[in-house]
Amino acid sequence: MSQKIEVSIDGSTVLVDASATVLEAALEHDLFVPHLCHDPDLEPAGVCRLCLVEVDGRMVTACNTPVTGGAEIRTDTEEVKETRLGAVELLLVNHHHGKIDCEEGTACELNRIARFAGVDETRLDRYRPPDRTLSKDTSNPFFEFDPSICVLCGICVRTCDEIVGVAAIDFVQRGFDTTIGSAPGQLWIESDCVSCGECVERCPTGSLSFTGFEVPEREVTTTCTYCGCGCGVHLGVTGDRLVSARGQRENPSNEGRLCVKGRFGFTFVNSPDRLSTPLIRRNGILQEATWDEALDLVAEKFSGARGDAFAAIASAKLTNEENYLIQKFSRAVMGTNNVDHCARLCHSPTVAGLVQSFGSGAMTSSSKDLGDARCTLAIGTNTTAAHPIIGLQVMRSIRAGGKLIVVNPREIELARYADLYIQNRAGSDVALLMGMMRVIVDEGLHDPEFIEARCENFEAFRDSLAEYDEATVEEKTGVPFEQIAQAARMYAENSPAAILYAMGITQHTHGTDNVLATSNLALLTGNVGLPSGGVNPLRGQSNVQGACDMGALPNVYPGYQKVDLPEVKAKFETAWGVELDDAPGLTHLEILAGVTAGPIRAIYLVGENPALSEADATHAREAMEKVDFLVVQDIFLTESAEYADVVLPAASFAEKDGTFTNTERRVQRVRKAIAPVGDSRDDAWITCAIARRMGEEGFDFDSAEAVMQEIAALTPSYGGITHERIDQIGLQWPCPDASHPGTRYLHAETFPRPNGRGRFFPLEYRPPDEEPDAEYPLVLTTERSLYHYHTATMTRRVPGLETLRSEELVEIHPLDAVALAIASGDRVRVTSRRGEVEAHALVTEVSPPGTISMTFHFHEAPTNVLTNAAYDPVAKIPETKVCAVRVERA
Amino acid sequence: MTAGFEQLRQTAEEQWEDLTTGDIPVITVGTATCGRSAGALDTLDVLRGELAGRELECRFVEVGCLGPCYAEPLVTVSLPGAATVLFASVNIKAARKIAAYVAGGELPEDLAFATIGTDSIPGIPELMETPVMKGQVRRVLRNCGVIDPGDIRHSIARGAYSGLQRALELDRDARIEELDRSGLRGRGGAGFPVSRKWKFCIDAPGDTRYIICNADEGDPGAFMNRSLLEGDPHALLEGMIIAGLTIGAAEGYIYCRAEYPLALARLAVAIEQAEEAGFLGPDALGSGRPFRIKVKEGAGAFVCGEETALIASLEGRRGMPRPRPPFPAVSGLWGCPTVINNVETLASVALIFQHGAAWYAEYGTTRSKGTKTFALVGNVARPGLVEVPLGTTLREMIFDIGGGVASGHRFKAVQTGGPSGGCLPEEKLDIPVDYESLQEAGTIMGSGGIVVMDERTCMVDFARFFLDFAADESCGKCGPCRLGTRQLLRILEDITQGKGTVSDLELLEGLCHNVMRGSLCGLGATAPNPVLTTLRYFREEYVAHVESRTCPALACRDFIAFEIDEENCTGCAACAALCPVDGISGEKKDLHTIDAAVCIKCGVCSDTCTFGAVETVQATP
Repeated sequence: MSQKIEVSIDGSTVLVDASATVLEAALEHDLFVPHLCHDPDLEPAGVCRLCLVEVDGRMVTACNTPVTGGAEIRTDTEEVKETRLGAVELLLVNHHHGKIDCEEGTACELNRIARFAGVDETRLDRYRPPDRTLSKDTSNPFFEFDPSICVLCGICVRTCDEIVGVAAIDFVQRGFDTTIGSAPGQLWIESDCVSCGECVERCPTGSLSFTGFEVPEREVTTTCTYCGCGCGVHLGVTGDRLVSARGQRENPSNEGRLCVKGRFGFTFVNSPDRLSTPLIRRNGILQEATWDEALDLVAEKFSGARGDAFAAIASAKLTNEENYLIQKFSRAVMGTNNVDHCARLCHSPTVAGLVQSFGSGAMTSSSKDLGDARCTLAIGTNTTAAHPIIGLQVMRSIRAGGKLIVVNPREIELARYADLYIQNRAGSDVALLMGMMRVIVDEGLHDPEFIEARCENFEAFRDSLAEYDEATVEEKTGVPFEQIAQAARMYAENSPAAILYAMGITQHTHGTDNVLATSNLALLTGNVGLPSGGVNPLRGQSNVQGACDMGALPNVYPGYQKVDLPEVKAKFETAWGVELDDAPGLTHLEILAGVTAGPIRAIYLVGENPALSEADATHAREAMEKVDFLVVQDIFLTESAEYADVVLPAASFAEKDGTFTNTERRVQRVRKAIAPVGDSRDDAWITCAIARRMGEEGFDFDSAEAVMQEIAALTPSYGGITHERIDQIGLQWPCPDASHPGTRYLHAETFPRPNGRGRFFPLEYRPPDEEPDAEYPLVLTTERSLYHYHTATMTRRVPGLETLRSEELVEIHPLDAVALAIASGDRVRVTSRRGEVEAHALVTEVSPPGTISMTFHFHEAPTNVLTNAAYDPVAKIPETKVCAVRVERA
Repeated sequence: MTAGFEQLRQTAEEQWEDLTTGDIPVITVGTATCGRSAGALDTLDVLRGELAGRELECRFVEVGCLGPCYAEPLVTVSLPGAATVLFASVNIKAARKIAAYVAGGELPEDLAFATIGTDSIPGIPELMETPVMKGQVRRVLRNCGVIDPGDIRHSIARGAYSGLQRALELDRDARIEELDRSGLRGRGGAGFPVSRKWKFCIDAPGDTRYIICNADEGDPGAFMNRSLLEGDPHALLEGMIIAGLTIGAAEGYIYCRAEYPLALARLAVAIEQAEEAGFLGPDALGSGRPFRIKVKEGAGAFVCGEETALIASLEGRRGMPRPRPPFPAVSGLWGCPTVINNVETLASVALIFQHGAAWYAEYGTTRSKGTKTFALVGNVARPGLVEVPLGTTLREMIFDIGGGVASGHRFKAVQTGGPSGGCLPEEKLDIPVDYESLQEAGTIMGSGGIVVMDERTCMVDFARFFLDFAADESCGKCGPCRLGTRQLLRILEDITQGKGTVSDLELLEGLCHNVMRGSLCGLGATAPNPVLTTLRYFREEYVAHVESRTCPALACRDFIAFEIDEENCTGCAACAALCPVDGISGEKKDLHTIDAAVCIKCGVCSDTCTFGAVETVQATP
């Protein structure tokens, strides 16, 4: 509770927050004080000069003047009114075509203020009209800037600086010629702008306006379908089309903020390419079919492949309810634990590693709390590109004076803001982190009390640090030891310190060791069990956390209950009324490998595109080609769907109800905004329809909510979750019962391990599986573009995103480029032991010498043809972050 | 370290004694920017060249600006046993004569401006008795034009860093009290009591504090800070170290405009020497506290003289002001409590600690203590850098020190306080120059620019000129300043071009008030001063422009015409030869005439005619 003080506003005495500004105090008491440059999310700027008031007889701007007890505030003196009127008149004459009502209509806040201030339009003729013409900047595909309406309130500039952290725009020129932009004469698109649209959203005059949006008939609140940030979004709907999007302010995950994909990336839903009817391969060609034909065929073929001949690949893009149904179908109907999904390819080491050390394989903190970290160690995560909204929290933390350490072979955008940027050799994270921990222990910066009270196996771990001496660490990482020592001190001395990581940590043959190294570091310094610290794996897809939680994994039922534990098996046998298999099933890679070298005859592939996403993708394509019966269920005819025997058209996220669980474990609502496109059906309906056609019971649900009730009954960490409870704001698991408020951060008191202690792991450095040699002298690492998502099935069907990034680029350091006589824009061929790919080169120092990088978004240049499928022995994740290649001009 | 300082001071004093009273001739040449622009470097070369060939040992000292800029290049010669003589306007020819004097020849009395010091020469006045110096009290500027600014020992011999030493003997509260008793107010323009500003900073919560010296002297026509930096940089450094150690800063920044290359060079040398001597460094003069100074070059924006804009620029952001509160003393550089003082203020701090508060407060008025430097420029007979006690009248400054109007024309107005200062008519010349009196009269102290105008200046055009400057220098952040100054400028342009209306005068006044009250920073809050004061004191000129369409000063082109007087024209054709539009015709030795239809009123003919035959007249509408 903040303190209240008494002030007088226009003669009435009121109680106001002691920390409030005069403007906030007035607005709180429903007293309109005109303002254009005030935004509750931003620091006061005092730019528009319209919120003038008198405080104790002195004229001040209300927005930056703190209230003081007993102050006499007047908003209506003649001098205030006259000065304000003068300021408004000047704005109208120069920025508003000399009219009270601007052409854009009522959205403009200046219209309202002009009327409030009592502007007499005829008096505007006294002024000299502006003697210049300004042209619109329409260079950005999603919004435009009309400087002739702009009042230079600077909200856009401050938004980009204070919230987004990019500072792409500023005031340029000076005096009357001042405008908003990045540099004189430079177009918006040429700036550092990340097209998030946060500035457009806040523009009070409509000078910045969305070009593709329409005013919707209605809005539906749902959860974004892209990355694991899990942002709340209001989708604007007109008829059967999505026409706008805006962030949901009340949602703690994003507080109203959205990134470029989350705001502008939903038009794929309306794409004419959407699958609208089932397809059956006849005479080698996929032909349109009815649902009855398709479902009958699938039911028949699946019936003949029960047991371990069957495998399902579920999807991190589906809802919890749908993933639950797919794993239930596999286990209860098909009688096999052969069910997995793409988390295998991204965060399986997280689940495998953190379960061993902490007892739970999920992000320990809340996204929002990361902004309060005093130190952030961002290792193997390109946060601003892959998790932009969590990137904003990192920016918030830096802005508040928190330290930032970035460890990444690529000099990613975050490196620009880092107190310390370490460019380590790809795949050397264990050596680097253990080196840091050695410094921490040697210098006594660890937390003996925490270790004593809450951990186990410290001694063995400490002994294993011996081999990480200065020379060894420098040799493995390629980093001067002093930098590593500096990072160690910075991390250890600034608490709470949060570790953020993503695929740079996990996609290695030693991914699980990498994860254990991060948990060792957090345990060593007592940075677990507190709100803004912890170990925070950033999950890549909208529901990858949920798909794991729902047991779309071959070794666990929902809630990570192990299939090989008799009591667990008994519980699910009772609940589902069937006999279940207690042998863990095959993983993602093993399923595809199992087509040629194992029992797999039928694959049910839902919302996944291994033809582009699987390491050594050529092998994946061969497996899909060869398997007896492949069912692909998706919203587009993906590269993988082209191998299918039956294609089932699914509804997109905007066409169904359910829940997603985001990276911070928050279970949130997904809502149906429009009816399924064409004759497509939601995935839950399809899975249930197949089961029912196979004569099975337990698949008669009349709503997603009914599925969630079954989930909650069987999944302890979801025990208290119902659609009703998460109607407005989601709940973070663990949420064991109906009265539990959810869990903001994990391991506050104890770890969910048998003895309640966090476990240290001694670690041995292992190099990547494939290292450069004479034939393949360069390292290829993979990355993601801010503008695309996964295999870009959705994002490349959004024209604006395609404009912002339209092709694969091989990023190569100038030194390597010179040696190979390659310039930016040259067509190059990249060859590995597994295949070759052609794309244009981008010569940039972002990539270190000796390392090139590529995304995997573009089917024209399928990067994963090159990558190495050698995998981590525990998590079975392929090493997509490191392989050896050679590059030559094509 | 203090022992080290004593030793250094002793050496410095001995060397200074040797220099000033030794038996080797000493020649000083003022090579500050003003001297250089008058040719001082050539003068120096000639002197060196002339004397190099002779079997004569002599010492050359390059000094800063002594003040009388109109008389540059200034050279002094001290011959053993003779009075020090100051020579003025020493061109190459004069330099040769002076060299001959040094070499044993006759004193060229016609070149001698004054003697300096106690020895006198009949017929030549002592410097402080000359009209330009008589009313002045040189305290802040005492070393300018006297010492070699590149030699810290010169400064030390003249008292530098003894103030720092004394300050360190006092505790923090005693230092603040000393400052408080001196009555020193900020010399950057606003006149805020310095002791209070420091106290605010000390009382603000925070671990890190900064002291910033504002050396971004942006006023056109003002050069007080430049001269001080070029002539006596240690005066600033000493004041800044005292400030830094008092408020608890370990770092200080000097924000100096890049257009001052010589000042920047002198500062760099001075900082290096102060570091070597231990005044700056990990243990500033044995205080047990670190203090370092860094110099940041400004990029020429007028608004960066505003403290919050200066801080933004220093932080690497666009130099734009932000509203206060919070004041920099509470949240300044990188959010830390910060004191910003200008060059003269900090140099005055050093003086106060060298000589004591009482000594400092001897001069001045009740509320405005001490002396103040001014750049006296415009149409005045003796332009230059002057230092007078606060409270001196404008008339004393312009007529006694400045020698009155240069042209022989009548005095018309004086502008104080730089481009956003107001301008005062003759009847206001007897007001004392102090913060309150100037404000009451509608103008400001500013940093100390004083521009004198004669009757040929049109006051509407004058206001237009300065609004052009303000509108151009407005940072663009807030509407009242960005748009209001532009409106004022456009209306003034219209009036000077005969397109103004009577109602414009009311609009001007209203706009001025709205811009002043509504603007975010001091730039907008003062920019209308030239308009308001000319409307107040010279309203009839505005009225003439909008009502009778005449410019009483015959300055605004759209209201005037040039005619050739039959009586005086000799037909020399000089005007016709220079006329850029070939608008003047006439046979050689016959009367010439100007074709009004093509005349662009550039005035070249009038300037060229040596017979006074080209007359400026009111144009017939």
